[in-house]
Amino acid sequence: MKFGLQIAAALVAVIAAAIIFGTFERPPVTTVQRGYRGTAMEQVYNPRLLSAAMAANIAPASLPQAPADGPKAGAVYKNVQVLKDVSVAQFTRLMVSMTTWVAPQQGCAYCHRTAEMASDALYTKVVARRMLQMVRHINADWTSHVAGVGVTCYTCHRGQPVPAVIWWNGDPQAATPGVAIPAVGKNHPSAAAGASSLPDDPFTPFLEQANDIRVEAVQALPGTDNHSIKQTDWTYALMIHFSEALGVNCTYCHNSRQFASWEQSTPQRVTAWYGIRMVRDLNTQYLDGLAGVFPPQRLGPLGDAPKLNCATCHRGAYKPLFGVAMAKEFPELTGAAHP
Amino acid sequence: MAMLSFEQKYRVRGGTLIGGDLFDFWVGPFYVGFFGVTTAFFALLGTALIVWGAAIGPTWNLWRISIAPPDLSYGLGLAPLREGGLWQLITVCALGAFISWALRQWEIARKLGMGAHIPVAFGFAIFAYFSLVVIRPVLMGAWGQGFPYGIISHLDWVSNTGYQYLHFHYNPAHMIAVSFFFTNALALALHGSLVLSAANPGRGETVKGTEAENAYFRDTIGYSIGTLGIHRLGLFLAVSAAFWSAVCIIISGPFWTRGWPEWWTWWLNLPIWK
Repeated sequence: MKFGLQIAAALVAVIAAAIIFGTFERPPVTTVQRGYRGTAMEQVYNPRLLSAAMAANIAPASLPQAPADGPKAGAVYKNVQVLKDVSVAQFTRLMVSMTTWVAPQQGCAYCHRTAEMASDALYTKVVARRMLQMVRHINADWTSHVAGVGVTCYTCHRGQPVPAVIWWNGDPQAATPGVAIPAVGKNHPSAAAGASSLPDDPFTPFLEQANDIRVEAVQALPGTDNHSIKQTDWTYALMIHFSEALGVNCTYCHNSRQFASWEQSTPQRVTAWYGIRMVRDLNTQYLDGLAGVFPPQRLGPLGDAPKLNCATCHRGAYKPLFGVAMAKEFPELTGAAHP
Repeated sequence: MAMLSFEQKYRVRGGTLIGGDLFDFWVGPFYVGFFGVTTAFFALLGTALIVWGAAIGPTWNLWRISIAPPDLSYGLGLAPLREGGLWQLITVCALGAFISWALRQWEIARKLGMGAHIPVAFGFAIFAYFSLVVIRPVLMGAWGQGFPYGIISHLDWVSNTGYQYLHFHYNPAHMIAVSFFFTNALALALHGSLVLSAANPGRGETVKGTEAENAYFRDTIGYSIGTLGIHRLGLFLAVSAAFWSAVCIIISGPFWTRGWPEWWTWWLNLPIWK
């Protein structure tokens, strides 16, 4: 009996030591003060994790600029629909860059029939054209969110044909219900919401559909706000996604004493507000429409096209690629979607 | 203040920790002692500094007066008085007053030949405060990590600090601390109601003793912890609540910089079900 107790105590000690030394981080940590002293408006970083994040978010070197004079791509090549007014040299430079950004292993043949480069036979070429239009639209019309940094194909693709972070409409029926948990799209570890038990798919209602994100009462009195705890959970899940996507905490945008108050929020909340509208615009106007173009293996469980969220570009950085303005070196990636 | 006739015999000389007989006297009902003097000194000085801070601050509204710690840029150095130095002095005064009070409790206990349970228990509360304004700021490298001294402002600090870790309810030590606070309240309610029900009966009823109290809990849940045991349990629950509160804020930042829900991925990734 006594021996059994000793074994049990030793086992508990080993488990406790494993949890204490195996699951936490350690000092020193880095903090960035972003509000008046003592308000706890600050970002907390582990410098080891931060340097890993910076190493994982390095922008590739751009090819040297090509001359803008000479014949235009639209006149020389067949079936050029978006980059018609770009010089052949710039066009070629962009095509080579797109290959290294999106399909470095697969090469030109990932999108083009090499025998007939103008052909739209491969679905990837049709998608690439649509994405080119999307990038030009972002850089031209969404400066309220992307400002001077802008985006290129690399911002999302990072050398992969399919960006690492994409999402489809959640299938609530796919979740395994438990004894006390019906399949309601929450109460399981949520990959979208930092492994919390918050909803699995906060994207469909807020980043595709335009449901109301604001659930906080602005008055203390009861009866002035009809939002439910469940609605709040959905908003909370979306907000955790924002934080994890940008590698920041809630106080990057909000002063939690009154989340709703713009006066007490940081300027970054305005950028985020436009970002939400931008993502909705891109998902509904560009990505949803590709459902008929993608082959079945690229579609979600409900048959919808892959979509983007904050992490698709940000990848844990407060600005994608920590603010390297790649798009500046590719002026042909800014302009009307349909020139 | 009037003194009860039997009170005099408890006033025992000697047993002081420091100062010998110098402060070994009473003022009215209060024992003074060396640490009574230091308590009064630190408490009065600290309060005066808070009043001064309020005077040079923007408001006299009691809810909104706030003495904020320095900017993080001062690190672990001293800040100018108006830019957080006042907070640093007030922190020294507060710790001086709290620790003096614990030592005064100890001296009085020594005089009466009692154990040091009370100062030890109070020490856990001091430890919780010390964690917030010394241990965690030192581990994070800046006095500016301390909380501001103000009624509303310290609540705002708690809220924002919680949201720095996205969802503070997933902090494991916070979970343990909250559980101890609730269990502590449950135990105190059970103990208080049990004693009153037995020892303070209605008019005409006899006072019931330990037998009735033990029998009540044996009948209800099959076990009575006993008259000494309930106080051991109460002390354990109360100091555990304070202790785990201190742990939950020390680990937030120095030992975890991300969202607390994410910490639990070690559980989700256990090889048993991964």
